Formats: sequence, structure tokens, C-alpha cells
Amino acid sequence: MTATATGLLLEATDVSKTYGAVVALKAASLAVRPGEVHALMGANGAGKSTLVKILTGAVHPDSGRIAVRGRERTVHSPGEARRGGLVSVYQEPSLIPDLDIRANLRLTDTPLEPFRHWLTQLGIENLDLSSMARRLPLATLRIVDLARALAIEPDVLMLDEMTAALPANLTQRVLEAVASHRGGDRSIIFISHRLIEIASVCDRATVLREGETVGVVDVTPGSEERIIELMLGQIAGEMPAVAGRTAAHRASVTTPRISVRGLASGTKLQDVSFELHPGEVLGVVALEGQGQDELFDILAGSQRPSSGELLVDGSAASFRHPADAIRAGLVYVAADRAEALLMQRSVRENIALPFTTRVRRWGLIDLRAERETVDAAVSRLQIDARAGNEVRRLSGGNQQKVTIARWVAGGVRTMLCFDPTRGIDIRTKQQIYLLLRDLAEAGAAVLLYTSELKEVQLVCDRAIVIFGGRVVEEISGTDADEATLLRAAYHLRSDAAMPEAVAAETVAAETVAAETVAPRASDAANGPGAEAAPPEQADPETSR
Amino acid sequence: MNASARANEWLTAVTWRRLLRDRPIVPLMGLLAILVLVIELADPGIVSPEWTGVIVRASVPLAILAGCQTLTMLTGGIDLSVAAIGSMAGFVTATLVHSPGGVAEGIIVALAAAALAGLLTGIGVGVFRVHPLIMTLGMSFVVLGLSNVWQLQMVQTGAGVPDSLRWIGSSTLAQVVPYNLLVFIPLTLLILLGLRRTGYGRLLYAIGDNPVAARLSGTRAWQVLIVLYVISAVMAAIAGLLISGLTNTASVSLVDTSLLPAVAAAVIGGTSILGGRGGFGGTIVGALILTVLTALLTVLGLPEPTRQVVFGSIIVVVAAAYTRVTSES
Repeated sequence: MTATATGLLLEATDVSKTYGAVVALKAASLAVRPGEVHALMGANGAGKSTLVKILTGAVHPDSGRIAVRGRERTVHSPGEARRGGLVSVYQEPSLIPDLDIRANLRLTDTPLEPFRHWLTQLGIENLDLSSMARRLPLATLRIVDLARALAIEPDVLMLDEMTAALPANLTQRVLEAVASHRGGDRSIIFISHRLIEIASVCDRATVLREGETVGVVDVTPGSEERIIELMLGQIAGEMPAVAGRTAAHRASVTTPRISVRGLASGTKLQDVSFELHPGEVLGVVALEGQGQDELFDILAGSQRPSSGELLVDGSAASFRHPADAIRAGLVYVAADRAEALLMQRSVRENIALPFTTRVRRWGLIDLRAERETVDAAVSRLQIDARAGNEVRRLSGGNQQKVTIARWVAGGVRTMLCFDPTRGIDIRTKQQIYLLLRDLAEAGAAVLLYTSELKEVQLVCDRAIVIFGGRVVEEISGTDADEATLLRAAYHLRSDAAMPEAVAAETVAAETVAAETVAPRASDAANGPGAEAAPPEQADPETSR
Repeated sequence: MNASARANEWLTAVTWRRLLRDRPIVPLMGLLAILVLVIELADPGIVSPEWTGVIVRASVPLAILAGCQTLTMLTGGIDLSVAAIGSMAGFVTATLVHSPGGVAEGIIVALAAAALAGLLTGIGVGVFRVHPLIMTLGMSFVVLGLSNVWQLQMVQTGAGVPDSLRWIGSSTLAQVVPYNLLVFIPLTLLILLGLRRTGYGRLLYAIGDNPVAARLSGTRAWQVLIVLYVISAVMAAIAGLLISGLTNTASVSLVDTSLLPAVAAAVIGGTSILGGRGGFGGTIVGALILTVLTALLTVLGLPEPTRQVVFGSIIVVVAAAYTRVTSES
């Protein structure tokens, strides 16, 4: 087409992509002007990452057009996109860990002088280019990634959650570097969950909802509300409410099933405390990567916290292995079914798996009793087990039901569900909601992280919101409509940047190559307590 | 008409594929029957009850060694120490034949030494997470070295394969039924029952299919793996004793030539080296196929190198075929 007249640097029109039955993008459009910093916004699963992957050639769209400087082009691979001036930097470092920095730069044909220039601009001096990538701290690697991308002067640079786990001083440098592009010839597409960053560097924002572009907003003071509104759309009552929620159990019970105090792990999970009572479904609401993965891993026994306390039924618990958590009655339902299922084995073996793990259950299986238990679980969850010889031949929804049935069959006391309804059909979702409510009514405690905010009001008695590794809000189930939750998840009321004390700790924890980090940061790293809990006064509310 | 013929052909291909995937033992039996037919055509009159007895007798130790591979491969591992351990078992028993405890003492010492080796392997694989290939390879050198030390110690006492081992390893009932089945049949029943009907068997499959899922369900893999490598080592020792009796030889490298055929028999029998798929029934048929194939190549007068090339090719082709039929979703 002769789109030269539009004067746009990058234009994507009606891009769509489906994975099997899952529609990742329906009709996404994006228009980036030269010299602007353009925010790409959307709630979890809105399609931001898919769109970026399509623009950089990592994923091929089913339909739609992409034009760079008015010329339509099909991008076949990341290398081709790179030569065409489209480069992206992801949240995870993309350097090869076993090569030194110089060799990594050579792989992508990065000119050395501009790279050094940008590195200094971004606040990292004296980086030894012959150090192995794996020996550098994570924060430094991200900066190296960014400097490498900036050095080749791409037409459009895409930053996908680049600042998510950077300490505040480095985040500031990154934002300055991004802002320096304004008014020039080149543009930046900026993805971040922190509205404060969007407000400070972006000119315009494109908002995606359920794979569709629903609006383009000029970023001005106060436009955050408009962005949130667009992300929400009309809140449709498409899902019938799950009946029979009673909060009666909670009040009467004295000892919480789980109580978590000051739990911390690495840089992601900073300080989380909450109580989970028998008979309730407690929702956990968080944007991607706010520490919820670590929280669930700790509760499920896959990971140990660096500090904090976990009490189960009032007594302290420390899990060295998932088996310990299971023995304490904490069972884990993962979002990723490939992580939870024996794909080549039968439905029956998958459901019965937890029964045989203990040494004293290694003997002969009572097949009749097992069949009864398994059949009961299969019918309770209405699993269509016709193709049950191999679980991998079941539909996604049925597979997810199998991962839940495994624990229901044994009688569940505390269930930890991590996004159990991701990528499954609406009918199965309904069945899972009902089941979780049933379990709670029967006295079980359920902790439910979900990326679908609509679910919270349907299923949960109350919800905690985690942002930046801390519980920032608690909302009762009746008030937990999507808008409230999304605002809370974006932590709209207060500042979104990482507090200074936490940032200092982030750097201190990565002392391996402290000399490569900016001197400003290493000042704060002098204290001996690199692994100590974050100081209490590090309140996110007060840092700005 | 052309289209319907094509559809027909496609249907058969799918049926075969499904058969090979779900019940690999059926096409394997077919392959075995074809091989028997070919050998009969190549040398009319060769197939007789006596010949069958000879084939079965030779297959039994191979099938046991292949069983070691099957069990370890189910968990995604392998056991390359079976040859050294099997040889050691036969050798130790032979050297202890004149000891006060006699044959019984020799066998007990041999099995105990094997179990100890298996325990150490299991600790290496299960606790220290050494890759089974490396761990069992290392263990086979250790066992070989210790066997050589033992050989130097015992050189003056004189040795010989005890009569009882020769009887069970090589004698047959009425020239047809080999007595080594007295060991093999109970062992087979135990393995088949263990894999299908016990919690332990389920866990072998679970660990091989998806170690993460097994862990999240509460499986402590190290416990399973330590027991597994002890079982495998003891089975290897039993096979070594039978081979020693069959060949009337005791040497520290007696079983070496059976190691790779054992791996091959497990793979041909439908056990995936990636874990989680397979069983002992197929392995037994795999061992029979290899034994008949060896006999066929001998009848055809092909030299040893040719036999090795044919063996290697068959393993590769069969493994590729299994990958094709099992990878489709």
C-alpha cells in the first residue's frame, strides 16, 4: 500500500494470532510515530507479548499487515526484524551465559563504541567486557541487554517489562535513556506494569483488551484512569455467579490453616503476610512477576524462603520438599499442566500418583479401592476420560481437571491453586469455580491466584493484592469487582517505583560482581546484612 | 476409487501405528515369527523343539540384563555397570567354590557385592544427581578394577565354575526346556507384577515421564532410584551367574559382549530411553529377536563384523520408528 503519506514509523494493522483454540490476538493495531515513546498497555493475557513477538519476527501472525516507514514487510525471523530496524529487549536477559560480554556482542554484530557510550549513560561504568555473562548480576545483564540494543540504533526499540526487577537507581537511568529518544527520528515501544513510569516517559499509549486494540490515549496527567477504563471495557456479567457463598465459617474459627508472616525470597518476594482460614477461598491478585510465583513455590515446598515465617495450623513449618508440604496438607495445582501431569500415563495413574509416593505405599496396590477413589474423583469433576489411556490426548480443560482430581481424591485440606483456569474453556472454568466453593464449604482452605480478575468476585471470600513483592491491599470478595482489583494491582494510589532501601538490597544480594555496578548502588551495599529481611521502614508509600 | 484405496492404506497405517504404540508386543511377536520363518527357509529343518530350547536358553541371561536396562530406562536412566557386575558375580562365585561355605557362600558374597555396588550407584544418581550414564560407567570401571584385585588375591586357590551353576545355566529338561527358566520365570513374574501392580512400579514410570510432576506429587526420587539401582545390580549378578554356568567360564570380562545387546533388546522391546514408556514383556521378546537374529546370521555364514553392523542398524531403525509413532499427539 502507499502508506508513505501517514508518516508513521511503524504500523501494524489487524494482526491476529490463534494458538489452537486459544485466541491470543484478535485484531490488534498499533501505530507508532517517529520520535515518540509509545506505551503498550493491557491486563494479563491481553496479548501484549504476542504482539511484540510478532513485530520482532519470533511469532508469525495468522493475518494482518505490518509496515515500517510506510513499506509493508513480512518479518520471518528475529534476525530479519533486527536488520529491518525492529529490536526488542525482554524481561529475561538474552545473553548467552557461557560467553563473555565481548563474544555476546560479536554474535549480534554490535558496534563496541556506541555500546560503551550507552553503558555509561545507563549508569554502568568499568564493565569488564571479558567477564562471563553468567557471573554478572541480573540487573547488570539487563542493562547490558539494553545498551546492546541501543547501540545498533534501531528504528523501533521494544522494551517488554524491562524495568520489572531493576533497582530504582537503574530504573531511573533506563527511563532517562528512553526519554532521550523523544523528538528524534527513532521510537520506543514501552511495556510496563508501572503506570508511574508510563506517565513519566510515554507520549501515547495503545491499550489492548482480549487481543484487540481498544483505544489509543495521549498520556497526560490523569490519563491513568482512562487507560484502566479501556483495559476493563464494559464489565459484562457473562458468567453466572457461583451460588451459595457463605462467610459463616471464617468468623467462628480461631486458628488459621496457614499464616504467613514477612515471607521473602530473592528480589521478587519482599514481604508478604496473610492468614488463610478453613472454609474460605482467599484470592491472590497480582500483575505478572510481582512475587506470586515465589509465594506459591514456597507454600508448595518447591523453594525455601530467604526469610519469614510460615505457620500451618498454628505451628511453624519448614518445607524441604513438596512431600513435606503435602504431608502438612498443602497441595498445589499448577497452571502449567505440562508441569503437573504424566502425559504418557493414564488418567487413573495420574490421579492415583500421590497415593503411591510414600515408601510404605510402594507395595501392592489395592486396585479395587483405587478404582473406586479414582472413579469418584473423575465423576465429581466430570472428567471426560474416554481418551484416558494417555493424558496428553485429553483436552486442556480435562487435563486441568485431572490435576485437581488428584488432590480432591485424597481429601483436601488446603489447596493452592495457581491460575488453574488459564487457557481452558468457560464451561470447565465454571465447574472449577463450583468445585472450589464446594471444597471451601466442606471446610477446606483454598488459596487462589488468578490472572482473570473476574474470577475473584465469583469465587473468593476475600482477596489480597500483591505488588512489588508486598501485600498492598486486602479487598473483601463482595467489593472485588474488576475495576477495583485492577486499580489495586497497578497500585494506583501510590508510587510504583521500587523503594530505595529495597533497591539497595537488590544490589547487595548480587555482590558477586559489585564492582561492575554503579558506585552509587554499592554505597548502599556496605552493610553486612545482605540477606537480612528488608527493613520495616522501607514502606513503598513513603518513597516518593 | 483411487481416493478410497488411499484412505484404506492410510487407515491401515494408522492402525499399525496405534498397535505399535499401544501394544508393541504384538508387532514384535510378528517380527519374531518372520525371523523364525526366514531361518527355517535358509536352513530347512533347523527349527525344532531342541533348537527352540537352545534359543530360549541363550535368551534368558540376555533378557535379564535387558531387564536391568528396561527398569533403569523407565526412569530416564541406563545401567552400563551390568556387564562388570555380572562378570564379577560369576568370577567371585567361581573363586569361592572351595571355601567352607561352598557355592552358597560364593553366591551370597557375589550378590552382596553387587547390591553394594548398586547402592553406591543409586546414591550417586539419586542423591548427588550424577547422570546415570556417567555414574554406571564409572561404577563399571570400579567393579572391574576390584575384580582384578580379587583375581590377584585368589590366583593360587584355583577356581572353577561350580557344578550347580553349570547345571542351572546350561542343562535342559529332555533336551528342550532349559533349567535357567527356574530362575527366569519367577523373576519375570516378580518384575511384571512389580511394574503393573505396585506403587513402586508406578513411581518408576512417573519419574521417567515427568520428574517435575512426580516431585510435585510428593515423590522423593532419590529413594526410588537407590532401590532401583540395587535391584538392577542384583539382577545383573544373577544374569552373570547364569552366563558363567552356560559358558562354563569365569572371567572378569565375561558379560562384556552382552552389554550393548541388552540395551538393544530393551529398545527393540519398546522401552523408551527417554523414560516413562515401555515394559518387561516387550524386552523379553526383544531379547528373543536378537538371539534368533544372531542364529540367522550364523546360519547365513555372515562374519561377526556384519552381525554388529546389522545389530546397530536394527536398533537405530527401531528407535526411529518408535519415536515416530509415539511423538504424534
